[in-house]
Amino acid sequence: MWGIWLLASQQGAGQSMPLMALVTVFVLAIFVGFEIITKIPPTLHTPLMSGSNAISGITLVGAILAAGSGQAGLASWLGLLAIILATINVVGGFLVTHRMLGMFRRKK
Amino acid sequence: MAMSTLILLAYLLAAVLFILGLKGLTHPRTAVRGNLLGATGMLLAVVATLVHQEVVSYQLILVGIVIGAAAGTLLALKIQMTAMPQMVALLNGFGGGASVLVAGAELVRRSPPAWSNQAVAVTASGLIGAVTFWGSLVAFGKLQELGFFRRPLEYPFRQPGNALLALAAVALAAWGAAAPQSPALYLALVLVASILGLTLVNPIGGADMPVVIALLNSYSGLAAAATGFVLGNTVLIISGALVGASGLILTSIMCRAMNRSLAHVLFGVLGPAEEGATADETYGGRIKATTAEEVAMLYDGARRAVIVPGYGMAVAQAQHAVRELAETLQSRGIEVEFGIHPVAGRMPGHMNVLLAEAEVSYEQLKEMDQINPTFPQTDVVLVIGANDVVNPVARTDPSSPIAGMPILDVDKARTVVVIKRSLSPGFAGIPNPLFAADNCLMYFGDGKKAVLDLVAALKEQ
Repeated sequence: MWGIWLLASQQGAGQSMPLMALVTVFVLAIFVGFEIITKIPPTLHTPLMSGSNAISGITLVGAILAAGSGQAGLASWLGLLAIILATINVVGGFLVTHRMLGMFRRKK
Repeated sequence: MAMSTLILLAYLLAAVLFILGLKGLTHPRTAVRGNLLGATGMLLAVVATLVHQEVVSYQLILVGIVIGAAAGTLLALKIQMTAMPQMVALLNGFGGGASVLVAGAELVRRSPPAWSNQAVAVTASGLIGAVTFWGSLVAFGKLQELGFFRRPLEYPFRQPGNALLALAAVALAAWGAAAPQSPALYLALVLVASILGLTLVNPIGGADMPVVIALLNSYSGLAAAATGFVLGNTVLIISGALVGASGLILTSIMCRAMNRSLAHVLFGVLGPAEEGATADETYGGRIKATTAEEVAMLYDGARRAVIVPGYGMAVAQAQHAVRELAETLQSRGIEVEFGIHPVAGRMPGHMNVLLAEAEVSYEQLKEMDQINPTFPQTDVVLVIGANDVVNPVARTDPSSPIAGMPILDVDKARTVVVIKRSLSPGFAGIPNPLFAADNCLMYFGDGKKAVLDLVAALKEQ
């Protein structure tokens, strides 16, 4: 895979999108993730999973771009379907996390 | 300032809010605020996208968001806490599915591709997304205990078949990445990856489900990141990387808690327990059954008690009864703590959520490493619906299938009471010598009824 990746980036000289910049962001974000998430106590691991799930629903941004492009046809419909799935992910994820965390905060 | 710069700044702020939101989850006190920060970040990113110049029609967007928000709200408000693993599995799948669709839409929308490496990202997005989607649906079916998924589908050449599928998927991905973008090729890739998702999760079950959910959680993040590469959008890449890292960490914690490697969970089956002692050898005449009244007397004069819940407690719906028991004991001046094994529930942290729902204070919930040193000073340990995670064989018998698995050392307490329906084995399928130990009493019965009887007996004293 890496060989192909390299090949692809070489043939793309003069491209508009600086691939290396994106890869840099990706790698650094993984390190940030590791730093923060190792500090989260096991008590909160289930809310972490549902909450991070909601965050991965950020694909909604791409779905909106596809569905709102104004082009009739396949792309828009794929976008619509993606919006539905991603919105369930986002709304369901944040809401159920909120519900769970409320239980942890509750004091008698 | 140009509009596009403003949008990029909004994305950056959203990414920062996601990071701060996750940081909030490092303590129960700040967690609610953290989650709200994350939600704010998401709202910001969505609003910024809506004003993007490429977005010119709003009907489909509105329809999609209304349907998705309604379904998501319904799901989040109706779901039982015992069913959280299913819900997370489903959400993982939807995240992966969205990635497949967005990458597909981008492929259809732009030919030639917007940038030269887009093809690589599109294939990665389709591959990871499809595996996540179908794998998660199988995981959902297993966790929901739908009839069809109750036992793994048996067919010949399962392992070689999976290897072949994986190879085919990678080959298609490589072809798709190198050749000019073709929707037909993408469709073929998604199809192969879909079958792979189904067959990969098919044989996994029982005690390994927490690992699978955590791994699929990671995949859903990686799929989002791949879609970020497709769009050249950093907020997707950052969010996806955060979620990918989170899922990987949880996967490794779960694997360590079971002393199994990830490869072993994914491709292996539990080692057969041929050499181990049989149930008769282990238990023969050494089991001491007890009653609620006897257990109540054990707590007389006790200073410290620990409760060890397993998934059996959740199956019996005994959480509220257990909380009542803990309160009754505390009202007598006994120090009560809960010992939670990392794989006690069906997903990471599941047991904590179930006890929090029953209004047990999170300060009483102790991790394995915290609680283990305290067992020698503990008068009474009550084990409810747990088995393998308190089996001392993990420490003593290197040939056992659970050898080396970190366990809760309840056998070191003065007295151990085990609430269980029968002497049936746990997931590992081996007898538990703890039950026959001198300091162990078996309190047979349904978890909920047994605990309620115990509370009644304590109050009668």
